[in-house]
Amino acid sequence: MPEQTVVTDLSDPQARRALVQGIEATPGVAKPDPILTVDNIVRRFGGMTAVDVDHLEVQRGIITALIGPNGAGKTTFFNLITGFDQATSAKTMFHRPAKAAHWSFNGQSLDNTSASAVSRAGMVRTFQLTKALSRMTVLDNMMLGARGQRGEQLLFSWLQPLWGRQERQNTAKALELLDRFQLLEKKNDYAGSLSGGQRKLLEMARALMTDPTMIMLDEPMAGVNPALTQSLLRHIQDLRDEGMTVLFVEHDMHMVRHISDWVVVMAEGRVVAEGESQVVMADQAVIDAYLGAHHDTDLGDDSLLEDEALQQLAREVAEEEAGDDK
Amino acid sequence: MNEQKPPVHGDEVSPDDLVEDYEIEVDELPEELLEESTKSKTVKTLILTGVGVFVLAAMWFVATNFTGTIPNLCAQVLREALKPQTAAVAIAVIGLNIHFGFTGLLNIGQAGFMLLGAYGFAIALSNGLPIWLAVLIGLACAAVFSLLLGIPTLKLRGDYLAIVTISAAEILRYVGRLSQLGDVTGGSHGLAGSAYRGSFTDLSFFGDGRTAVGPFNYHNTGVDGWWVRAVAWATVAVVLLIVWLLVRSPWGRLLRGVREDEDAIRSLGKNVYMIKMQALLIGGSLGALGGMIYVLPTSVQPDAMGRSLTFFIWTALLLGGAATIFGPVLGAILFFSVRILIRGVTDAVVPDSIMTTQQAAQFSWVVVGVMLMLLVIFRPQGILGNKRELQFNA
Repeated sequence: MPEQTVVTDLSDPQARRALVQGIEATPGVAKPDPILTVDNIVRRFGGMTAVDVDHLEVQRGIITALIGPNGAGKTTFFNLITGFDQATSAKTMFHRPAKAAHWSFNGQSLDNTSASAVSRAGMVRTFQLTKALSRMTVLDNMMLGARGQRGEQLLFSWLQPLWGRQERQNTAKALELLDRFQLLEKKNDYAGSLSGGQRKLLEMARALMTDPTMIMLDEPMAGVNPALTQSLLRHIQDLRDEGMTVLFVEHDMHMVRHISDWVVVMAEGRVVAEGESQVVMADQAVIDAYLGAHHDTDLGDDSLLEDEALQQLAREVAEEEAGDDK
Repeated sequence: MNEQKPPVHGDEVSPDDLVEDYEIEVDELPEELLEESTKSKTVKTLILTGVGVFVLAAMWFVATNFTGTIPNLCAQVLREALKPQTAAVAIAVIGLNIHFGFTGLLNIGQAGFMLLGAYGFAIALSNGLPIWLAVLIGLACAAVFSLLLGIPTLKLRGDYLAIVTISAAEILRYVGRLSQLGDVTGGSHGLAGSAYRGSFTDLSFFGDGRTAVGPFNYHNTGVDGWWVRAVAWATVAVVLLIVWLLVRSPWGRLLRGVREDEDAIRSLGKNVYMIKMQALLIGGSLGALGGMIYVLPTSVQPDAMGRSLTFFIWTALLLGGAATIFGPVLGAILFFSVRILIRGVTDAVVPDSIMTTQQAAQFSWVVVGVMLMLLVIFRPQGILGNKRELQFNA
């Protein structure tokens, strides 16, 4: 099946639904077109096993959510597959475990690569605690994301004519992205002066400067005010509709139910369930592991995020503006 | 069009309106502050430059037209500012600025790089090699030294580089002092300037004789004359130009990115280790270049380039302002000339029964130390540094 048709198809909700419904909702199930495949990844901190994932596949072109209670190993798992941490089960020069960790992205093996090599392969991440480069301007933050910059090579860096054109192209791209993320008027401010939510936006925009194939968001909504949450959600969905694969870690059930096409649940380091959000949230293993004693509580009242509610808001705004013009 | 209607009590206010209000309040304040701060910054810069020029001119005038203690002191301060050693230290400070100011590398052994450059240069010259080759050898020594220090430490946290550089610089100094190496390094006596200076002074096109300009009166070429001063300050200018070209480029942006957060830069697919290594190499080579100029008018003395010189370099950097282009040069000039001023004033004001001339010299170092402390507490960005850049030091 040619990839391009899959990608175009997946911006259509019906096609996505058909795709995910064809996948059995069991942990470690095979996907029709996996972009990321992870095997035997184990991370121990002393006697504690933080992550122990036998097999996981991430489908290309959809939004996959990774959820789980605190300490389930979601962020550690993220760090492992993006090269920021090394798996205990990794194959090294001195240590060759029988079930060595192996993961491949887009057909490329990433077993023993550095974080920067993982990023260059097209899998770009953001951080739970935002890493905005505080003492640099917002625009400079963005410019650092651009790939293959000639001016970043020491040999060429002092000759402005060699990189000036590329720099202008990158600046135009950065400004366009900043505009899309409503940060344009902040472009000359220091990133340290941005609010927490704006930093999340900046980090996401910066990751997009690298033209990633897959973007991995670590708790993109943590600490973001509700007004900004909506636009962030919109951005994430837009990315998917443009053909990008999204994998994100999140606590917020509203968001998970609202935008994810597929949900993977981790508990105590293992993948305990995966499936569509409704299926997963009804799963007994998830209720036991994730919710514990509080399984009576509303898993996510997303009535506020329904389309009717949004349309209602839009109507009110239109009326208000019409009133102002008079 | 977009008039902001103040929300009247009882009016229907949609959530979006509230959001807009909220954003405007947040947005506008820093914007105004920013404009005001850039304006006041330009004014401040102009005033400071004016004051600097005026003070210099006044000192020059006093030194040339009067005689006595104060004119003498003025002349001494001006001469100290123009000394080749001041220029040499300024170059080393520029190198340290690449390390610390732009990349965030804690190098506490810059004097070691200077010493290595000086040894390489002087030993090569005294063995009859041409001067351009001697300069290259000095630079190569520093490059190898920074590779040796960088390969094991740059993958670790910043503190490790600090520990390794300060100890490596001390090791170098002690190796230089070894009596077994007396034939090569001159042991603790060092290398006399006459052993290597010849081919440098031969290059001079200034001719013989003396020239006096204001309070400055030196041989045109000589041991410590106009020639070495001209070469030293020309080198400072060239180094400044190179550093400016490098730092304004995307490579310089990458350096600052590494200073801010290595992991963020890694997540964007850049090779952080390589960038840090390049920065260490360039800064170290500049240190070596400074070392070569430092020994031209004097001799190679391992003990002259020990820990204390490293701390002078740090003080000059913090005084002038890290992560600025001209900060290191201004810092180096002020550091040395202000110390002369303190020494002279103390000597003139305090009677000998309380403090002798030698004690006044020691006292001036004490004051310099106190100044460094006050500087770090009250003006951490230095004279030329950007306070706003420092505010977000999380």
